[in-house]
Formats: sequence, C-alpha cells, structure tokens
Amino acid sequence: MSREEVFEKLNEVFRDVFDDEEITVTDATTADDIEEWDSLEHINLLAAVEQEFGMKFNMGQVVSMKNVGEMADIILAQIG
Amino acid sequence: MIRDRCKNLSFIAHRENDMRELEYPFDGEEILKKSKKIKRALLEERTDFLEKRIAVLGGSTTHDIIRILELFLLDQGIRPVFYESEYAQYWQDVMFDNPLLVEFAPDLIFIHTSNRNVTAYPDMQDTEARVEELLSEQYEHFQVMWEKIADTYHCPVIQNNFEYPFYRLLGNQEAVYLQGRIRFLNRLNEKFYQYAREHENFYIHDLHYLSASYGLDKWADPLYWHMYKYACCMQAIPAFAYNLSNVIKAVFGKNKKALVLDLDNTLWGGVVGDDGPENLEIGQETPMGQVYSEFQGYLKSQKEIGVMLTVNSKNEYDNAIAGLNHPEGTLKPEDFVIVKANWEPKSSNINAIAQELNILLDSLVFVDDNPAEREIVRAQAPGVKAPEIGTPEQYIRVLDHGGFFEVTTLSEDDRKRNEMYRANQERSRQQERFADYHEYLLSLEMQGTIRPFEAVYMARIAQLTNKSNQFNLTTRRYTQSDIEAFAANQGYITLYGKLADKFGDNGVVSVVIGRVGSMEDVAVYRQGERPAPVSDGDVLHLELWLMSCRVLKRDMEYAMMDSVVEAALDRGVKTIMGYYYPTAKNAMVKEFYRDMGFEKTEETDMGVTIWRFVIPENYSKKNTVIAVNGKGESNEQGRSI
Repeated sequence: MSREEVFEKLNEVFRDVFDDEEITVTDATTADDIEEWDSLEHINLLAAVEQEFGMKFNMGQVVSMKNVGEMADIILAQIG
Repeated sequence: MIRDRCKNLSFIAHRENDMRELEYPFDGEEILKKSKKIKRALLEERTDFLEKRIAVLGGSTTHDIIRILELFLLDQGIRPVFYESEYAQYWQDVMFDNPLLVEFAPDLIFIHTSNRNVTAYPDMQDTEARVEELLSEQYEHFQVMWEKIADTYHCPVIQNNFEYPFYRLLGNQEAVYLQGRIRFLNRLNEKFYQYAREHENFYIHDLHYLSASYGLDKWADPLYWHMYKYACCMQAIPAFAYNLSNVIKAVFGKNKKALVLDLDNTLWGGVVGDDGPENLEIGQETPMGQVYSEFQGYLKSQKEIGVMLTVNSKNEYDNAIAGLNHPEGTLKPEDFVIVKANWEPKSSNINAIAQELNILLDSLVFVDDNPAEREIVRAQAPGVKAPEIGTPEQYIRVLDHGGFFEVTTLSEDDRKRNEMYRANQERSRQQERFADYHEYLLSLEMQGTIRPFEAVYMARIAQLTNKSNQFNLTTRRYTQSDIEAFAANQGYITLYGKLADKFGDNGVVSVVIGRVGSMEDVAVYRQGERPAPVSDGDVLHLELWLMSCRVLKRDMEYAMMDSVVEAALDRGVKTIMGYYYPTAKNAMVKEFYRDMGFEKTEETDMGVTIWRFVIPENYSKKNTVIAVNGKGESNEQGRSI
C-alpha cells in the first residue's frame, strides 16, 4: 500500500470517528488540529485505525506517536 | 403508484438495516467507530423512549462503556441519562456524602468493578485462617457499599462479578491452592452470588462468563489497563455493553415474551411435507440430527423458564403436527401455545399470533432459517426481532447470547406462563359454546383477590408497571422500591388484583394506586405531575390504574372499581378523580373511566382527560361474575353450568 493510499484510508477513519466529513489529515496533523480529538477519543481512534489496517499498535508506539505522519509510518512498516 | 410503494418498502428495509447494526451478532468495531452516526440515527428513528437515570460507578475507566451502552439502550427503547463517577471512585461515591448522586436520583446503579480492583489477594505464606480473613475483608468492602445503596437510593443495583486474571502464578493449580488468585476470585464470586440470591433488586452482571466467551487473553490485554485504565480491551466494549444492556432492559421490564418458530430446517432437518415425517433429521442417528435435538432441548428449557413457544410455518397443519410428533423430537405439539401452519404470509401469521396472545409485536422473536422470510417479517411486522441465526449449529448461541429473555428474577408467574396462555385458549374454546357472554363469564367460576400491596407481590407489581402499555391509564413506571414506598405511605391507597378461574391462576393482573388529597391537586395532575403525599383529604386521585391484557373482558376492572370505591369509603372519601394520559399504545382505555361511571370534566390540548366520580349513597357493585376475597359475589345459579 502506498503512503497516499494509507492517508486516504486514514481520512475515512477520522471522518467516521469524529463524525465530520470535512476532515482531511496530513503528516503534520495532531490532536490540536481537531477539536474533538481528546485523550478519550484518542483510544477510540487508535482502535478504529487498527481495525481499518488489520494491525495493532504496541504500547511503545502509542506512547511515542507525535502526529498523523508518524502514525502512517508505523502502519506502513507493519503492513508492508 | 406502484413505484411509490416500492420506494416506501425500500425505505422500511433500509431503516431496519440501520437498526440491525446493533443486533447480535454485531460487528463491535464498526459500532465503536461509527457510534456518533448510529446514535443520531437512533434518535431520529423514534421518540417513544422510556427515560431512565443510570449511575455508572466505576473501578476503572467507563467513558467508552457509557458511549456504547447508550446505543444499545436506545435500541432497546430506553433513553438513558447518565451519572458517571470520577475515575475509580465507585466506593467513595456511595460511602461518603454525595449530594450530586442524591440529586441525580438514579433509577439504577451499575457498579463496574473488575479483578483490577481486588486489593486483598492472599500471599503465598498466608495460612488458611488468614486467607479466610482476607476473603471476608474483600467481600465486606462491597457488602457495606451495597447496603448503603439500598438504604440511600432504593434502586436496583447491577454489580459485575470478577473475571479471571490474565496470568496464573501457580499455573494449573491456581484454583487448587488456598492462596491461588483464581481460587480467591471463585470464592469471592460465590459470595456475590449468594448476596444476589438473598436480595431483591440486586443483579449480577456476569463479567466472568463474558470474558471467557470473548477470549480472556484478548479481553485482558494489559495495554488498555496501563495506557487508559480500562479493565478490558477497547474491542470488547460492545460485547460488554450489549450484555449489560440486556440486564438493564430486563430490570425495566422490556424483555421479549415469546418465540415464533419456523419448522422445516429450523426445528428439524428436511421438509416434512416433501420428505415425510419419518425422514426428518432429528435425534441421535446423524450429526445434523443431534444438532436439531440439542436445539429443541434448548427451546424446551426456555419454555420451562416462561418463554412462550409458538409455531409459524408454511405447511399443511397435519404435516406440521406429524413433524412435531416425531418420536425423536423433544418438543411436542402441546409445548406450543399457538401453532400456525398454513400458506398465509408469515407476517400475517405473526400479527395474528401477537393478537391472540394479547402482546405487542416487539415482544416477539422470530426464528427462521430462511433470510427472505426474516426480511419480510421485519418489514411487515415492525418491532419483531428476527435475528440472523446462521447455520443450525449456531442457532443456540445466537439466540442465547442475543439475551432476548434475560432472566432477572424467576417468578412463579414466569414458570407458569405457558400454562396460563393454554388455559386462555381453553377459555376461548369454551366461550364459543355460550350464546350469552355473561353466562360464559359465570361458567368460568372466577375467584378474585383484591387487597392492599403485600410483600410477596411487590416484584410482580413493579414488573406490571413497567410492562403494561395498553391497559394503562397513566403509564407511570415504578421500581420495586417505589412500590414498597407507596404501600408504606398512609397518603396512598394501593390495591393489587389477582384472578383465578377453573382453568388456572392468572396471578396478579391489575394494579391501582390512589393518592388522598384535595380538589386543588387536579392542577398538578393536569400537567402529568404528582403532588407530594399528604396524610388526609376528601378526594381520591387515581395515579395509576393498569391491567394485564391477559384478563381483558373478564370484568376484572369492575371488581377493581368496586374495591376502589370500598377503600375510598373506608377513608371517608366520596369523590374519586381519574386521569387518562394518552400514549402511542393506550388508546384502548381512552374512555375507560366513562365505562366505570365517571363523568368527564376536562380535556386538555395534549389529549389528557380528567374524570370525576362521586360515590352515590346506593352504590351498587359493578362486578357480578367474580367472587372477590372468598365472598360469593358471583351469581350462584350461574355456577352449575
């Protein structure tokens, strides 16, 4: 899967989770950019991303992930 | 024209599809992801929710549990308002002064604890006596809390039991050795169960079973505890919330009542009309025959705990009965209260079944191996649940985990329900032999018991206030604690009515609650509110009057009226005020008070009607067919028939 395809799918997940069709994420997107993205919604978001890509984040990754770009890197590394 | 109709039908099918996202077996991860959208759809779909105030007191994070629980409750017709304890404050919230929770006035309290909250595990060097001490200490931590809740909040409590830990220090001997954690949790759980058996209004939510069924390693993924302080993994939350919603809906009287069963390839393998009864697959000879036998055995057990069984099959009637008489079958024709075997659409049959049983469509669960039949029933008999039951070896799991008939308390009434409905059918057959209805009623030799609320019936009375929709003048829902409070308060007149006849005992079927007060109170009742109780007055306001539809047209309402009048006169009250609050379901009692001899004094814009009855000097009893409280009110001549 290409990086562009990962971002396309991530957009869908973000739109479902935050129930907002307007959302488009980039490498630099963080929780500060999306109003409803708080620590509680973060858990739900990660679970939805895991479901979409059929993969699991480990704890180290969850703790260190800084933005959507890093999230995409982890996804690409895991699904090849 | 035709196109319009098609459009309408596809709209119905589409709407039903949406609802099915939440029906077992569901895709939990989709629900987690799309919860906001699903919630919006649920709120748009209907407005007749039962509103309930639910306090969730957690020993771990509860945010997403509440988020998903809300969806399942809305789908069950319950609109929850939540109180959520601060993180892990379940015990403190109850034990210390908590004006917020008192003001919230919960209808139900759910205690969400897990093995992460166990603090008194034994050490390896502890003696047997010390282990027992620790066990008592841990148990009492919970017990004092439950007692405080019972004293302060008088509402039902749902308490998690404990799931197994995700590791075993003592390996396979963890449940054997005195100090093992599994042994400790098993013993603790047993103490919880004993408390539940001995206390009404206290229910276990079986986390232990649920985590096993889900898969303990996945369930207990430590990432979710250490990252977010969740006691189970995120993906398990829909299964958790669904299971919990089933207990909650059962507590509030929203269980299903009857199974509507297809025959061919549902109760046995093969088609009885084509293959002949002798060639059906049922019994121990073949693997598939065993599957159907196990399923029939499961249904028979459901019947024994009060679920009514009915048949809805496209078959010649005689073939259906021949199939049910198969010597290897567990279910026999007499296990069913109704057998519809004909060539009518199944949706027509199911509507007829609901009518004959006097229950609403949303009390029925339709089981059919054919997806097309399920689809038609969903579209044409809205409210009926038609689960995706899968292949024969999956039928039991889908029905069982579906939780349609979740048991809270097993009342004598539940166990006898099939008998009662069969007796009803006997009555109908008998009715056909009488030209005169009054004569028929006399021939039933009815015996009524009408008395103030009594301890043994409190659970049943509360259940009736939550279940009765049609013959219900004010549709006020009460918990058992509320009912007990009315009974104890001098400001109220309470009456329950039981009805038995020569075919069987119907149990408690009617409930009346009246409040003594003054004429000024009418202004409050007009708004659908209830004034605070007072000790005396010259007017009796009827706050609740309901009757189970299983005794319609038996003159039980007249017997209740006579007892209401008698109770009023005992209190020196001569004026009785009745109120009718319209709902989507209670149109049948719109003119009820007129039939009882009241006169209408008012009708509001909202359709509320207010009625007055002044007891005349020479009030003559309206009931002439039921002998009440052992007194021979019935016409003795009629009895000889």
